[in-house]
Amino acid sequence: MTVFAPCCQPPLGLIPVTLTHYLIASALLFAIGLAGIMTRRNVLMILLCIELMFNAANLAFVAYARALGDLGGQVVVFFIITVAAAEVTVGLAIAVLLARQLKTLNADEVSLLKW
Amino acid sequence: MAETVFFYLFTTLMVLSALSVVFSRRPIYSVLSLLIAMFCLAALFVMLGAYLVAALQVLLYAGAVLVLFLFVIMLLNLEPEASARMRVFTLRTTGTLAALLLFFALFGILRGAGQPTPPGAQATPGTVESVGRLIFTTYLLPFELTSFLILAAIIGAVTLAKQHSNE
Repeated sequence: MTVFAPCCQPPLGLIPVTLTHYLIASALLFAIGLAGIMTRRNVLMILLCIELMFNAANLAFVAYARALGDLGGQVVVFFIITVAAAEVTVGLAIAVLLARQLKTLNADEVSLLKW
Repeated sequence: MAETVFFYLFTTLMVLSALSVVFSRRPIYSVLSLLIAMFCLAALFVMLGAYLVAALQVLLYAGAVLVLFLFVIMLLNLEPEASARMRVFTLRTTGTLAALLLFFALFGILRGAGQPTPPGAQATPGTVESVGRLIFTTYLLPFELTSFLILAAIIGAVTLAKQHSNE
């Protein structure tokens, strides 16, 4: 067993990156975002974790756009970024309103549609 | 070879910062960790040939969305979340378990999915020109509709956050 591996045979674990690698990274990011949404109680933290899940979806779209040779996936990511920006704008406005009127940002305490 | 090394480097950093987003107590730390995750994701997009999307990721997410988050968090002066309640603990356990379950389900599905059939032509890189051409020809109608969405979001945000002067 030589110290230096021959150049034509990559050492174990350094297999070329395929579509599946990117998809599994995306799934990992999505699961972390889901864990955040289910464990955090702060409205702002929930919004941040939704952003994480959006980004996981973006990664999957771009990976498939590369694998299929179709730029449509990247256009979809462009739309997702736009929708996420709109969602964050309205969500943060609601969070400011909650903090101002109910004096709380805990999602458990905000259970009424009208007060 | 270099791609493999950079993939694992950026993915590890991205996953660690994503975990830090979820589990750090202070909201400011969460937002700054998300910033790191966004930059790692932009690096992955560059590796996948999506140059315009990577630039948009840095400009829009890191530049606009996260700054908005920072503004609101500093404006509201959030306290670290209260902890050590029984209900919170069970919630945390079930939430983490559900996320793990989802991840392993996705993992199994994605492993079994395999590679799609490779395209006949060489994959074009997602430069401003190629993606922009696609947006303004094939996807023109959805692109125009996003302007309505943004207009609605602006109006909604302004109406919601406006101080009611008559009260």
